[in-house]
Amino acid sequence: MSLLELRDVEARYGELRALHGVTLTVEEGDFVAILGANGAGKTTTLRAISGTVKTSGDILFDGQKVFRRTPEAMARRGVAHVPEGRGTFATLSVLDNLRLGAWVQRGFSTRDLANVFEFFPRLYDHRDQQAGTLSGGEQQMLALARAMMAKPRLLLLDEPSLGLAPLVVREIFSSLTQMNEGGTTVMVVEQNAMIALSAARHAYVLETGRVVLGGEAADLQRAESVRRSYLGY
Amino acid sequence: MTNVLQQIVSGLASGGIYGSLALAIVLIHRSTGVVNFAQGELATLSAFICWSLMDHGWAFWPAFGATLALSFLGGVVLQQTVIRPIHGGSLVGIVILTIGLLIAVNGLDSWIWGGAAKQFHGPFSTSPISVGGVAFSKQDIGVVAVSIVAVVLIGLLFAKTKLGLGLRAAAVNPVEARLAGVRVGAMLALGWGLASALGAVAGVLAAPSLFLEPNMMQTVLLYAFAAAVLGGMDSPVGAVVGGLLIGVLLNLVGTYVHWIGGELRLATALAVILGVLLVRPVGLFGRAAVRRV
Amino acid sequence: MRDRAALVGAGVVVLALLPIPLSDFRTVQLATVGAYFIAILGLDVLTGHSGQISLGHGAFMAVGAYTTAILMSSHGVRDLATIPIAAGVAGGVGLLVGVPALRLSGLHLALATFGIAIAVPTVLKKFDHFTGGSAGITLFGKSTQTGHGAGVKILGEQLTNDEWLYALTWTIGVVLFLLTWWLLASRFGRSLRAVRDSEVAAAASGINRSAHKVAAFGVSAAYAGVAGSLLAINVAYVSPDTFPIQLSLSLLVGAVVGFFGSIWGAILGALLIQFLADIVGLIPHVDARQGGPTTFFFGLVLVVLMLVLPAVSKVGSRVANRGYSRAP
Repeated sequence: MSLLELRDVEARYGELRALHGVTLTVEEGDFVAILGANGAGKTTTLRAISGTVKTSGDILFDGQKVFRRTPEAMARRGVAHVPEGRGTFATLSVLDNLRLGAWVQRGFSTRDLANVFEFFPRLYDHRDQQAGTLSGGEQQMLALARAMMAKPRLLLLDEPSLGLAPLVVREIFSSLTQMNEGGTTVMVVEQNAMIALSAARHAYVLETGRVVLGGEAADLQRAESVRRSYLGY
Repeated sequence: MTNVLQQIVSGLASGGIYGSLALAIVLIHRSTGVVNFAQGELATLSAFICWSLMDHGWAFWPAFGATLALSFLGGVVLQQTVIRPIHGGSLVGIVILTIGLLIAVNGLDSWIWGGAAKQFHGPFSTSPISVGGVAFSKQDIGVVAVSIVAVVLIGLLFAKTKLGLGLRAAAVNPVEARLAGVRVGAMLALGWGLASALGAVAGVLAAPSLFLEPNMMQTVLLYAFAAAVLGGMDSPVGAVVGGLLIGVLLNLVGTYVHWIGGELRLATALAVILGVLLVRPVGLFGRAAVRRV
Repeated sequence: MRDRAALVGAGVVVLALLPIPLSDFRTVQLATVGAYFIAILGLDVLTGHSGQISLGHGAFMAVGAYTTAILMSSHGVRDLATIPIAAGVAGGVGLLVGVPALRLSGLHLALATFGIAIAVPTVLKKFDHFTGGSAGITLFGKSTQTGHGAGVKILGEQLTNDEWLYALTWTIGVVLFLLTWWLLASRFGRSLRAVRDSEVAAAASGINRSAHKVAAFGVSAAYAGVAGSLLAINVAYVSPDTFPIQLSLSLLVGAVVGFFGSIWGAILGALLIQFLADIVGLIPHVDARQGGPTTFFFGLVLVVLMLVLPAVSKVGSRVANRGYSRAP
């Protein structure tokens, strides 16, 4: 039984149909990359999973159809969605942001906080500052750290590399890999296909709201169409 | 010298009332982003309810408790029925809606209880005590004490509790808060409920000295706005400190600056509002939201 | 376009004929409606079309009214002549207010104008050597009144005082209505709406946002000044209590009823302000004379409108904008 299964999922924004029937599967513990051009429906796919947008078609979590898929409900089931733009609470302190991450947990121990700070030592230095004063890279780490506090089963990330320097992007992805090794299923939407495919084990390519290609990341890296369109060679 | 002290003491007493109402205004603003122009009238309504209960034979404390509960519920109901539908809509629209509430509640008070002023017997005695030539009453002390207790409780709620964190998060970034699992709708309703209860406190504090009638809080509202703006629209501490400052300022200026005198208190409050908004909009205790581009 | 002009024409005819079957009492009530109508037109320009909220328009009306009153009683200026002066003074005050208003965000501007509206009566009372203080200024029977309050002869027809006031108010009302229509359809109006909808886009189009916003304040204040002046002439008396916060809020309600931008709806709003008490009196078991019920329903109307309006506003804004050509 897979952790997540999407069957023929459609989604629309008002009159505009963004997903035309997306089918994909994610096994527990996997690291999946979603690739595609702008407007292909990658962000919408994540929103469909986290319950932020209304959909038709089936979305099964742990083999069960989830009926009232609101963001709060999916968060309680262990889905952590880090949207494009980090989604930090800019006027709250770093510490408060992290405490918020643990909202779905009954309580959190200082052990959890300590773990997170071990992972991201820079955040400890800024812990009392307003989150909005952090640099882009630090905010992305904060977003990840907040997700960690939730001890999610499924971590959804939308364009984590956006606007960040290559060195920082590598740091982020190595943290993601570490989290994945710790048991968290990771699903990343990325424009930076190169780094996404090197970190992920499986990948899907979306085009105009549909899955056009799917398989092991290594295979996709070698596939001609992917190389031409997304890897630039 | 005693006169100055007297003015300060009386100013603190009125300032406590302004601060309590300002606290309610700040609470709603901080947790829902809305400035509730109807806050004063809702406080008056709560005071009227408390008066009615006492008029029917209830003792003060049970009546007050019931009023607090009813006001809390009323705030929740208001938020769910009238505020939630337009949440996230245009600012102009929301402001106008709360103005509509102001007018409607004011009319309701007149309709049910009439326009004549009623005597309100609060828990504290209003008979004056004189210490060193300065006169004040237990009511005055009570007002200041209650305001301080209220702000401490609210401050603790926001800073130290999980609930307070949820309230703050729901206000700062409702979309993100939902993704974190916060039931934003419930938080917003809670914010309004709490603020309405605080408003009830302000109304009950004001009624013994201001005399209970439908327009009781009309001018207090402006002073409360001045206090909230001065203190910083998102700071509970700022609201109460601002209120006390405004109370004292109005008294001192009214007594010692002759061309202002007692008639221009409202204009002075307006000057404070304009001054702060134009010079330092975040107020004394507010923090400018810093945004990295 | 042509059908709108026909509508205006029909409206003018109706206006001209209306006093004939009506009593003098109703006629003068309708004159007051005319004054409110003009004030609401101004508010439409300011809040509806330039997006700046003003909760204190009663203050500008007070400026106009007191200008008229002081000129008439202390300086021997004929009432008709004071009207443009009142417009100018109020407009000038509006420009003065509009400049610092640029620095205030929507919410802050609402607070500031709210404060102005509450504080104005006390300021008027304070400067009593100028304004007559709490007692106000009486204009009735003065030589500067056209017709001395007894009626006016126009083109051989003898009009009663009430009919004269009605004619005066609505003539100015129609003129200003046409002026507003033209103004909002012109480049100025389009620029205003561009500033309202997106300051960034407007700036990118080279529109001087500040100048337009301040101008909108000035224009709308001038309108309110005219309205205040007409009210003063109508009632023949001004006092600080003529302009309480309730008036400013009532104007707001009137503007909202008129869909805030549809100048056609301004008539509806003005009628509502004047006649709501009568409407409420029709409800059984409700004693409208006490003021409480009327006020309550006034507020309720506003609340309901604001809840319904977002759903309806698409229709409303389309109605409001339909008469105007689209921005280039």
